[in-house]
Amino acid sequence: MEITVRLYLTFRTGRFRVETRECPAGATAAGVARDLEIRDADIGMVLVNDRQAELEQQLLPGDTLSLFPVVGGG
Amino acid sequence: MAADYDLKVWRVNVRTQTVTKEPVPASWERLGGRGLLARILLDEVEPTCEPLGQKSKLVFAPGLLVGHMLSASDRLSVGAKSPMSGGFRESNSGGSTGLHMTSMGIKALILEDRPTDPAFWTLYLSLQEVRWSRADDLVGVGVYETAPRLLAEYGNKVAISLLGPGGENQLGTAGIQNLDKERIPGRINARGGLGAVMGSKRLKAIVFNDAGGQKPPIKDPEGFKKAQKAYTQAVLAHPVSQTYRDYGTAANVLVCDALGALPTRNFSSGTFEQAESVSGEHMRDLLLKRGGESNTSHACMAGCTIRCSNIFGGDDGKTIVSPLEYETIGLLGPNLGIADLDVIGRMNWQINDIGLDTIDVGAALGVACDAGLMTWGDSARALELIDEIRRNTPVGRILGMGATMAGKVLGIERVPATKGIAMSAYDPRAIKGTGVTFATSTQGGDHTSGLTLRVKIDHRDPKGQVAASRTAQINIAGYDTLGACIMSGFGYATSPDAVRDLLNARYGWNMGDDALQVLGKETIRLEREFNRRAGFTKAHDRMPEWMTREALPPYNVVFDVPQDEMDNIFSDLD
Repeated sequence: MEITVRLYLTFRTGRFRVETRECPAGATAAGVARDLEIRDADIGMVLVNDRQAELEQQLLPGDTLSLFPVVGGG
Repeated sequence: MAADYDLKVWRVNVRTQTVTKEPVPASWERLGGRGLLARILLDEVEPTCEPLGQKSKLVFAPGLLVGHMLSASDRLSVGAKSPMSGGFRESNSGGSTGLHMTSMGIKALILEDRPTDPAFWTLYLSLQEVRWSRADDLVGVGVYETAPRLLAEYGNKVAISLLGPGGENQLGTAGIQNLDKERIPGRINARGGLGAVMGSKRLKAIVFNDAGGQKPPIKDPEGFKKAQKAYTQAVLAHPVSQTYRDYGTAANVLVCDALGALPTRNFSSGTFEQAESVSGEHMRDLLLKRGGESNTSHACMAGCTIRCSNIFGGDDGKTIVSPLEYETIGLLGPNLGIADLDVIGRMNWQINDIGLDTIDVGAALGVACDAGLMTWGDSARALELIDEIRRNTPVGRILGMGATMAGKVLGIERVPATKGIAMSAYDPRAIKGTGVTFATSTQGGDHTSGLTLRVKIDHRDPKGQVAASRTAQINIAGYDTLGACIMSGFGYATSPDAVRDLLNARYGWNMGDDALQVLGKETIRLEREFNRRAGFTKAHDRMPEWMTREALPPYNVVFDVPQDEMDNIFSDLD
């Protein structure tokens, strides 16, 4: 199935800012992150279609997945 | 033989120009930074006093762990009754002042009374002498020119806390600038009008010379070294340190934009169509391309391994401003419809030079846009208005008194502030836990008193936000008492015994695992007691009404955390 992936901060390095990708049906946010060689421990926030989500969330065709490293305060 | 480390309270009467050094009262011994400020204000200042009056006191206090170049832990707290909120206000900063004060054995510096003569002075403090000099030639001079002139006069090794014209004119947005380790006056005790209090005491600058000083003694050096190592390793290992090293606090721009919490056009939206142009990602690319004086990473305090600060330079390689931080980008950028980092950097420099808080000035300018004094995105006009603040014109004073005052005078209901102090760059309707902090903290719209951005919680769901805010507020009040930067929290959180071990080794105390929370709760308890006596009630712990009514795009959220839940957030401390 096709999803859009948006990456931020250090995750963009050596990867991309936004990309439409193929992934297996029933893929989870964690699975996509693993494919992109992004470690779970480095992930601070996951958004699926603009809602905060857990890494285990299953994705649907056409979903937008956003992955952010850990951040804190300004 | 080195003299014994002589920890004293230094008391300065600015009217009689006398300085006395007093023993530290027993009840002050186990506090530092923000907690100590709260204790001193409660002990010595009439909570109903006039904030800019004769009975008001301005207190400088380094944190409990300052003095050993513990990474990101040499911060200075300054406090007073705020002319903005009418309540207790602490503001902390990095830079070199905290370290100098500790080397000199200054537990707290208390400035009291008020001169009858309007002349401004520079106060020079060293272990050998105290000197008062007329500062007539520095009146009206911005901080970026004042600092090098003072360094030329007093030597390059001193620390300085100084005012710009804003503080001289006792504007509510005025703060107190300190030198970073490159001796640039870019580290500011910004919020709550402490610069106005210093201006009311007619002090243009305080110069600290720690010649002959020494590091504070450590009761258990081996224990301290061990705890320091564990903490430093935890800081270095934490992934967030790398994020801040590479992107600075500007890392938050796209995070907040994605959450619908980035203040846009006076908090009328939580997303900015040009957020990428003002993002940390873009800033990094820009600085790396430009080179010259630009640096994506910079330490504001000696020895800090996080280095979240930066030096923002232009195409010509010359510095525009250092640092350029998330809150400033938020309030001077998207909040005004401005999408150009160079322009934001220049506005930042001007506001710094006048000696003001970029957050409250940015919020005031947002209110000014809604009032028709400026159109969205018109950065030239923004610079004109900032110049009016510098020149102390009537319009300049209205804006220089901050968003709340500007809103009242200009007739604008949409003012993003609590307790008279503007909110920083997190719209509370989209990050509700931080909204709870804004409403319930004695510090007003101050994210540094309890940001909940990192908490694993649905930020738009009102449930659980009071608990998240409470935890954040207590922990940060603890860090503020240690002199620890908000950034060091990650290190302390992942080496949880560090706070206990560092304090016990340094002072020979017997604190338990909850050392941080004990300090934090005591600090909050003291602050709330001061505010109660100053006339605050639960009625002041409220979100502005319009934010409970006006839905924030793009997710159409209002602030709806139940008021009675917020009212009970610290019922165990009252």
